[in-house]
Amino acid sequence: MMGGKLFRNFSFFSATLSFFLLVGIFAILFTYAQESMHEFGFDFLFNGTWEADEDDEGGIFGGFIPIIGTLLSTIIAMVIATPLAMGIAIFLTEIASEAIAKPVSIAIELLAAIPSIIYGMWGLFYFAPIVQSTVGGNGVGLLTAGIVLAIMIIPFMAAITRDSMNTTPLVLKESAYAMGATKFEVIKDVIMPYSKGGIIGSIILALGRALGETMAVAFLIGSVMSIPRNITDPTTSIPVLLANNFAEAQDLEMSSMYYLALILFVVSFFIITIAKFYFLGRKVK
Amino acid sequence: MAKENLVMEIKDFSFTYAGAEKPSLKKINLPIEENKITAMIGPSGCGKSTLLRAMNRIHDLYPGNKYEGKINLYKADGSKQNILDIKKENDFIKLRQEVGMIFQKPTPFPMSIFDNVAYGLRLSGIKNRSELEGRVEKALKGAAILDETKDRLKESALGMSGGQQQRLCIARAVALKPRVLLFDEPTSALDPFSTGAIEELIAELKEEVSVVIVTHNMQQASRLSDYTAFMYLGDLAEYDKTEKIFLNPTQKLTEDYITGRFG
Ligand SMILES: Nc1ncnc2c1ncn2[C@@H]1O[C@H](COP(=O)(O)OP(=O)(O)OP(=O)(O)O)[C@@H](O)[C@H]1O
Ligand SMILES: [Mg+2]
Repeated sequence: MMGGKLFRNFSFFSATLSFFLLVGIFAILFTYAQESMHEFGFDFLFNGTWEADEDDEGGIFGGFIPIIGTLLSTIIAMVIATPLAMGIAIFLTEIASEAIAKPVSIAIELLAAIPSIIYGMWGLFYFAPIVQSTVGGNGVGLLTAGIVLAIMIIPFMAAITRDSMNTTPLVLKESAYAMGATKFEVIKDVIMPYSKGGIIGSIILALGRALGETMAVAFLIGSVMSIPRNITDPTTSIPVLLANNFAEAQDLEMSSMYYLALILFVVSFFIITIAKFYFLGRKVK
Repeated sequence: MAKENLVMEIKDFSFTYAGAEKPSLKKINLPIEENKITAMIGPSGCGKSTLLRAMNRIHDLYPGNKYEGKINLYKADGSKQNILDIKKENDFIKLRQEVGMIFQKPTPFPMSIFDNVAYGLRLSGIKNRSELEGRVEKALKGAAILDETKDRLKESALGMSGGQQQRLCIARAVALKPRVLLFDEPTSALDPFSTGAIEELIAELKEEVSVVIVTHNMQQASRLSDYTAFMYLGDLAEYDKTEKIFLNPTQKLTEDYITGRFG
């Protein structure tokens, strides 16, 4: 009984702690961002200049380029990853025999566990030259970052989608086959609608992950403050800009980076909340 | 028993599950009479579901099962087909539209009531809206569920009660105008009231289709069926008119089972 009480107190403590952490992080970001928010207001979102004055005291800072870079690299990643991940999940649950599905499933789970810096290094040394020789550009840039991001989130997305497809009751599939449905029709009419919540949830969680990814993108996006005119152009993203500039930045620049961090935090928070509570949490009958 | 009254005929049928050492069915010979209700009874694990699931070849969704013998399906035009010869996906689809199946638990699809019943019709290529509507209504009426559903056809089928869902599943199967309907313990997950409604429905259905029903409920088998097959350990122990099986069985085993001395 003692143990039970201790455990309850402990879990209560952890749960409260995570809530306060969340609020605390938000409060800190918000406080430190104040200077920049006062100075630039909402124009911050649309201003593409990021320049400190000579004396490092002030300057003009706008989040437009990293925001655009984050959005574009994420969009590229999602456009590539979503159909592939769905395909893999369908293959694993409905098409592959057990002998194939098992090892592939394990491989996918392992891929999902690889630290992102390794994807970044692999992308830079191995993949960027391939992109350069096939589509042109400098190797590093939006497209390379987007594709490697896609490769990073595919295993994760495929694994969640597969799990939710696997919850489709066998008799439900059998009854569709018993009506004369083909495999394709069973997938489309029974499995997909049945696991819709999990599928959308996995897409949104992957989106959250792509938005916040730092290491892999830092290697691959080029880290230059310029608006990409072309899909292969280098640019930067919010996490990359933060990681690169934190060491030297002061005052207003520092505050502007907190402003950027706040934007990313709020957007990711909403995305994950929607995914978790609306889609993944909802029980399908 | 004259051949022309049969809708299906199982001949020397043996079945072994993938990976299993012993066969689950051994040389089964069983006629299925047209427009009659045939009940399959027997203790758990004797092979009732296995046999039923062979009759629309739903087993073939899973690889590696072994079977031999014949299962003939007699068509409306008098021709016969050994359904164990079927290999092409198209022929499987035709078979399953001719031999429908209803499961133990209701299995409504995650779509509206209307779409559930229209599902098989759409698969079979009917697109015309008014034809679909007509056939859906007829099927719902046939499954005695039209009154309860006609104002909520657009609502999700998942919101219905268990008994309603099961009748919806029957409507869904009936809509395809099958020659045979296979029921695997269709009422074992339902309350007595819904069970009564389903039994009544099955009794009416035999005007249109031939019915094979697996049940553990002896009253249900005796009330409902015209013929009864008693299975035991993968064998067909006894088959006869239901009255004969229940009043005067030939085998001691059958008598022990129906009087509840084991099971
Ligand atoms: N997928 C399977 N793989 C291997 N053996 C199986 C499989 N399904 C059933 N069996 C075996 O086949 C035999 C017949 O099973 P079946 O499900 O047909 O019995 P049943 O008469 O329908 O029983 P119940 O009344 O419990 O539903 C049993 O011995 C069972 O263990
Ligand atoms: Mg069974």
